[in-house]
Formats: sequence, structure tokens, C-alpha cells
Amino acid sequence: MFEFCADPKAIEGLQWMMCYLTTGKHIDFYLSFGTVLLLLAITAPVALAFGFGGAMAARSHFAPLGLLGKGYIAMVRGVPDIIYFLFFVIALDQGIEWLTHQVRCPDWSEPIRQGLEFRVCPEAKVPHSSSPAIIHSAYNFGLAIITFAIVFGAFAANVLYGAMQAVPRAQLETAESYGMTPRQVFRRILVPQMWVYALPGLSNLWMILIKATPLLFLLGVKDIVYWARELGGTKTQAFAYPHPDWRLWYFLFLLVFYLAFTRVSEIVLSRITTRLSHGQATAAGEMLRKAGAR
Amino acid sequence: MKKLLLATALVAFSSGIAAAQTVRLGTEGAYPPFNFIDDAGQVAGFEREMGDEMCKRAGLTCEWVTNEWDSIIPNLQSGNYDVIIAGMSITEEREEIIDFSANYFPPAASAYAAASADADIAGGVVSAQVSTIQAAYIAESGATLLEFPTPDETIAAVRNGEAVAVFADKDYLRPFVEQSNGELMFVGDDVALGGGVGLGFRDSDDELRAKFDAAIESMKADGTLNAAIEKHFGPEAKKF
Repeated sequence: MFEFCADPKAIEGLQWMMCYLTTGKHIDFYLSFGTVLLLLAITAPVALAFGFGGAMAARSHFAPLGLLGKGYIAMVRGVPDIIYFLFFVIALDQGIEWLTHQVRCPDWSEPIRQGLEFRVCPEAKVPHSSSPAIIHSAYNFGLAIITFAIVFGAFAANVLYGAMQAVPRAQLETAESYGMTPRQVFRRILVPQMWVYALPGLSNLWMILIKATPLLFLLGVKDIVYWARELGGTKTQAFAYPHPDWRLWYFLFLLVFYLAFTRVSEIVLSRITTRLSHGQATAAGEMLRKAGAR
Repeated sequence: MKKLLLATALVAFSSGIAAAQTVRLGTEGAYPPFNFIDDAGQVAGFEREMGDEMCKRAGLTCEWVTNEWDSIIPNLQSGNYDVIIAGMSITEEREEIIDFSANYFPPAASAYAAASADADIAGGVVSAQVSTIQAAYIAESGATLLEFPTPDETIAAVRNGEAVAVFADKDYLRPFVEQSNGELMFVGDDVALGGGVGLGFRDSDDELRAKFDAAIESMKADGTLNAAIEKHFGPEAKKF
């Protein structure tokens, strides 16, 4: 990056540090923060949508749909996350390849499963083996988002299900007495009011999701924890910038990042809580009303 | 115009399918000087150089992929990459589930590195990387095995006193010992383990394996391998 970085072994002190912190590997490290933030930005709404769908299905009076929603919640909540991240992703990946194999290579005679091996025809590889590395990364990232969304969606579903049950019956009854259809009651009364009950649970999930991002590496996505471990490890003279074990410093940096990030989240979430409590028939809503009346 | 567009699209599509298969090489990227991620963020080291040369001689287009050591064999089998090139020693246990090429690194010694000369390597806590021949050896040896997912952590464990010694490939440990200013030293006798380092292939990939075997054979014959071993591992390393 800087001109004086051409020969790293000849420089020292501040210059060495500046060069060291701007190597290609460090740039990858800085970019991986973007990867984590992007994952969170996409996963959170998708998981919320999964949760909403799950909660609606679980509440459904149509028995198969109700069973499906409750089954989804019970399954995912009952199985350790790490099993999902190891098993589900492989199953999903192989499922996709199996389907493309059926479509693109109908004449393939060899079995797909050979002992421990999973072997589809080369045309059915997803992504194709000659695709550039960026496509492979994007594919892994996509799998990661789906997996995170399914896991966190189940927890969100349970939170939203509880929140929907918590909206006072009197509110819904009033709406009905005004002649609203069940659909209108759901959309105009139930959903707007349930958020305040759902928020503590959802904010918990958000915090857990932030802290779960290091699981990304299990899915082949190089996240900040991977790079911190990789950059911090002892570097011998085989590297341009040899140094002793600096993992402590890298992980301290991650500690600061995660603490700052969760702190900002807390502030934002508490503001949302205040906003949603306005005019609610809850203790928090009552407090806001009294404060306003004074 | 529409027909022309369609025709070009078709040609582009079919040529994409017909293009040479890219062979994906899976490595760990944490085992210098065999393989590591250099400061530019690229896979580098002895295996990077040899892998590229093998692909050139075999007329293949290759691409590098990194994967955790612990899951490197399962991910080969599920097809995430086609070749393991990660300093993997040829052993009977691994031969049962994957196929190896001829070795491109001769059977070399494993050694103990410790923080003091009187470290109890026979009965103390010895660190080794998980799923390696060294870990299997320690488990049998009577010492207490302390496993880590990456090689770097096995050495860090000795420095911070969690383990009395680390047991690993001597060629991996040598730079760490030499550059530790006397903090680390080799103790005990060297142990010969494994049948050298080879490329790992899926059992069903005999054709690909034959191509790489031929490339390794020619690199052994014209001295390319020996020169690279000398360059990356120093004059003390064993050669063909």
C-alpha cells in the first residue's frame, strides 16, 4: 500500500506497523467485518419472516398447518445449533446437487452415493467447479443465511406466537364488536399490539445472533474470528512480517467490536421499546401516558 | 439480430460446459512451510509451488481452496474440492477411506519440542494437532494427549505451559524452534511416522490420481521436488 513497504524485513517501528496493518491479509480481515454485518443485515429480516410465518402457522385452526408450524418450532428448538450447522448445510447442499443431477445428467449410470462419497456428474456441481472463487463464496454465504434464518426463525416464531397470545383479549373483542373480520382484527389490532410483547424476546435473539456469527466458519465463510486466529498466530520467517503469538491482541480487538456492537444494539432496541409502548395497555405504556400528561 | 443474440448466447453457454474442468485443490493454509496464507492473503508455501507445477505438467486448471484440517477428508468426499494437498501423511487408516498419490515429500521424522530440556515427554501432557498421525502416536505412548484444531495452537500450548511439549512434523517445528531465541528446543529422539506426504483423492477418482502421479514422477526425476524441498525446508530436510 505504501511505497516503503516494498521490503518489510528492512523497516521497523511505526513504518513496520503501518505496512503490517495494511497487508492484503489484513484488508481481508477488515472486509470480513463487512461480511458479518451483511450477514446480520440479511439474516435478521429473513429470520423474522420465518418466525412470523411459523407463528401464524402454529396459530392456525387448520390442523395440518398448525402441526407444521408447531413441528418446525419444536424441531429446531430441540436440536443443538451446531448439529444444524454441520448436518443441515451438508444435507441442503447435497439435496440441491442431487436435484440438478437428476435434471442435467439423466443418463448418468454410476451411483451417486459410493460408500462415504457423494458424487454427482460434473455438470451438476453447484456452483460449477470452474466458477470463480467469488461465486463459491457467495454460495456458501447464501447457505449460511438460509441456515441461520431457519434456526433463528424457529426461536422468533415461538416469541411471536407468545406475543400474539399476550395481546389482551378485550382489545380483540372490541375490534370484533366494531364489526371487523378476523383478518382485519389480526392485521389492524393484533399485529400492531403484539410487537411490544415480542420485543424483549426478539432483542434477546438479536444479541444471540450477533454472538453466533463465528459459527460462519463452520460453513466455509471466513469470518472475523477465523482471521483473528489466523493473523494472530505465531509467524515464522517464512512470512514477510514475522511476529510472535499476537492472538491476545486480535481477540481483544474482537471483544471491543462485539461489546460496542451489542451496546449500540441495546440503545437502539430500548428506543424502539419506548416507541412501541406508546398508547399500549401495559405498565410501560401507562408510564409514558402519565409522563406525557404532566 | 435476435437470432444472432440467441446464437451467441447458445455458443457461450455450450462452450462454458465444454471448457476444461477446474480441479479444486483443498489445503489447510495453516501449516508453514507446507502451506500457509501469505501476507497478501493467498495460499503459499511448498505445496502451493508444487501443486501449481503438478497442475501445469498434467495440463489442468487448478484453483486453491482452504478448509479446516478436521473436516478436510469429509469435504473431499462430499465433493467440495477434488484433491487434498495439506501435508497429509500417507497412513493405512486414511488409505481405507481415500486414495493417495505417490508421496511428494519423503517419509520424515516427527519430533518433540519443549520449553525445557528435562520435559517429561513420556508421561506429561503433550500437545498435537487433532486427527494427525502424531496425535495417534501420543495417544498410544502413555503421555497425556492434548489436541488442538490448528498446528499453531499446539505450539502456543507449550509456550503458555498448558503442555510440556508439542509433537509434530520436525520440518514444521524447526523454524519455530530456531527462531524462538532458545525458548523452545527439541527433546527426546525423533520418531519416524507415516509413509511420506501424498495427495489425497476420492476412491473413485483414479483417472485424476494417475495424472498427478505422472506429474509427481516427472518432478522427482528432474530434481524439481528436491530443489523445492531444499528451498522451503532448508538443507537439513530429507530429500528423495
